[in-house]
Amino acid sequence: METKNIMIVGVGGQGSLLASKLLGHLLLGQGYDVKVSEVHGMSQRGGSVVTYVRYGDCVNSPVIDRGEADFIVSFELLEAARWLSYLKPDGQIVTSTQRIDPMPVITGAAAYPESLVEKMRATGAKVDALDCLALAEQAGSSKAVNIVLMGRLSHYFDLPAEAWEQSLEAMVPAKFLELNRRAFALGKNA
Amino acid sequence: MRQLMLGNAAVARGLYEAGCAVVSSYPGTPSTEITEEAARYDEIYCEWAPNEKVAMETAFGASLAGKRSFCGMKHVGLNVAADPLFTVSYTGVNAGMVIAVADDAGMHSSQNEQDSRHYARSAKLPMLEPSDSAEGRAFAMKAYEISEAFDCPVLLKMCTRIAHSQSVVETGERTTPPARPYEKNIGKYVMMPGNAIRRHPVVEERMRRLAEFAETSDLNRAEPGEENTIGLLTSSTCYQYVKEVCGDRYPVLKLGMVWPLPEKKIRAFAASVDSLVVVEELDGFLETFCREIGLECVGKEKFPPLGEYSQNLVAEKLGLPVHSGKSLDEPIPPRPPVMCAGCPHRGLFHTLNKLKCTVLGDIGCYTLGAVAPLSAMEMTLCMGASVSAIHGFNKALGAESEHKTVAVIGDSTFMHSGMTGLANIAYNQSDSTVIILDNSITGMTGHQQNPTTGYNIKGDPAGKIDLESLCRAMGFRRVRVVDPYDLAETEKAVKEELAAEEPSVIISRRPCALLKYVKHKPPLKVNTEKCVGCKSCMKIGCPAISIQGGKAHVDATLCVGCGVCTQLCKFGAFESTGGEA
Repeated sequence: METKNIMIVGVGGQGSLLASKLLGHLLLGQGYDVKVSEVHGMSQRGGSVVTYVRYGDCVNSPVIDRGEADFIVSFELLEAARWLSYLKPDGQIVTSTQRIDPMPVITGAAAYPESLVEKMRATGAKVDALDCLALAEQAGSSKAVNIVLMGRLSHYFDLPAEAWEQSLEAMVPAKFLELNRRAFALGKNA
Repeated sequence: MRQLMLGNAAVARGLYEAGCAVVSSYPGTPSTEITEEAARYDEIYCEWAPNEKVAMETAFGASLAGKRSFCGMKHVGLNVAADPLFTVSYTGVNAGMVIAVADDAGMHSSQNEQDSRHYARSAKLPMLEPSDSAEGRAFAMKAYEISEAFDCPVLLKMCTRIAHSQSVVETGERTTPPARPYEKNIGKYVMMPGNAIRRHPVVEERMRRLAEFAETSDLNRAEPGEENTIGLLTSSTCYQYVKEVCGDRYPVLKLGMVWPLPEKKIRAFAASVDSLVVVEELDGFLETFCREIGLECVGKEKFPPLGEYSQNLVAEKLGLPVHSGKSLDEPIPPRPPVMCAGCPHRGLFHTLNKLKCTVLGDIGCYTLGAVAPLSAMEMTLCMGASVSAIHGFNKALGAESEHKTVAVIGDSTFMHSGMTGLANIAYNQSDSTVIILDNSITGMTGHQQNPTTGYNIKGDPAGKIDLESLCRAMGFRRVRVVDPYDLAETEKAVKEELAAEEPSVIISRRPCALLKYVKHKPPLKVNTEKCVGCKSCMKIGCPAISIQGGKAHVDATLCVGCGVCTQLCKFGAFESTGGEA
């Protein structure tokens, strides 16, 4: 099988590491070779962060390059737009509609672009946009946006629900499992 | 067991399985997790040392005593530890000693992009370089065998993409290495001239034997290709990019040991292809060797010496198809890293900016004090340089500078290499003002304990160095502590210490807002009746505050109620939301 590529993008501190851990566990369990590349250190401090998840028969490069992503999973709209050029021509974006202003926008040095979903669609990208923050809050915590997004992503994968469930159990602390199950289901069925 | 492991965790696993007994390191991205993960194995004694030099000497002591040891650091950390490195090369080791050094091509979290391979060559030590997590584990174990067989420490070179990528690892059990009791050997371990002169030829002979080893070791692997028009000499993450792009099309000589290099193997490989192409990030290290032995090759005239590579870059340089995607026509605003909401450094930098101080800075989260709108840092060089440089700055410019210049340095960085600079101020007497930003943790690298926090790497109570007593013992009479959330008190302290006609230390003390034990106040809200939209609160660059509809707005999910903005607002527009957070 040719290597498949999933990018997880967002703002430092939004919980992308848990999402990539979940995917890594899931895909390894399906018998694939898997590589997950993360960002640590200074760029985590509220900066733009990206995690690469790659799987297939034999994965070489740990990173995903321009024009290679089958999926871009985004915690924030501007970040989806920032990484758009990494999407394959027929790739799928799954994004939260949350907006977090970067410092240049906060200080007025730059403007936050309007109508990003429409503009991304105009390039031919398939965009699945939903208010993951609201769904996470509905599940019980604004911190569960990552799992809402994973639930939504599962919608595009031909994998048994038990496989996702097992990875969720393995990666999420027991006391938050029920909350995250709800978040996953809300994302999946949105 | 087959599992996904971070490259750094895999190295830690290798240390564990090889029977490593003592680990001493200083945190530094991208090397930190090796030591953090090693600390999870009860069989290994692990610690954070105050700096890399101390860590390396501690690891050497353990090796001398007969236990397999390890120290890990980032590329610039090896500069700090270079002194013991060059001479441990002469003494050799008793039990195996492995030194991991992690480069940061692309400077994700570093102040420069130096290539650590040069250290292997100049210190005359072997260096292994894994290309994924499985090799991280295997090479860490192999490094101990080489260390003991050739009587020298072994460098294990990581890079950001190998250190911080997870890939599949098959783990094994811990083995107990053969006992190597300590034996007194003055000629080998006391490096004074008479002994060192006799050790140097041993070093040269060792490198000759290691070069022979490199010729036959399976660490260096030639992989056949379908076309011999080019042959690719590569290692580490570049090997992965080459394989990603070329598959099995061209022959590849993949080096797992990047010093000393297998001359005969490289010659034979070059002879088997029409053109030798060297693919390596940063400097032309392998390329230089090829040219030295008279081989023609393609290298840095084609591949950049800057930044990280990727599959598209390698494809482009090899004239192969490059993937591309579409982007929006309009500019996307950048999202640079920022100080967190509630960061205790913010109040201090606001004050320094307000007082128009010249600020000489250091390495840590607070380096973000240089970023707009705070823009309150004018120099950052390396660990500890703020304290040494302010002394030189003030000696050069005299009283005028002494009354407006400050050095800022974090608690962990101060312990690392600020103390010696402070000794110089105390000894050679400049009226310098040093501000220690004590947030009670090593912040930037992800919350490691240090000698001032009172806890060790496992979170257990440990020795605690008292900063005030330390500064006083060095001879500073003016040592005072301020809370950087209190802007009036902070401003008063900075003004008074700058005015003082003697050296002084201000300790700006408030724990990092991200520490789990820190209790936050409820988020603030803006009373839009009172807010006049003057934007005074925007001067502090708090990510929780923005202007919406001409008025200040607080993002309640980010705000931790630190109250610094409240003190800037003349109209009392920031109000508590009450209740508990």
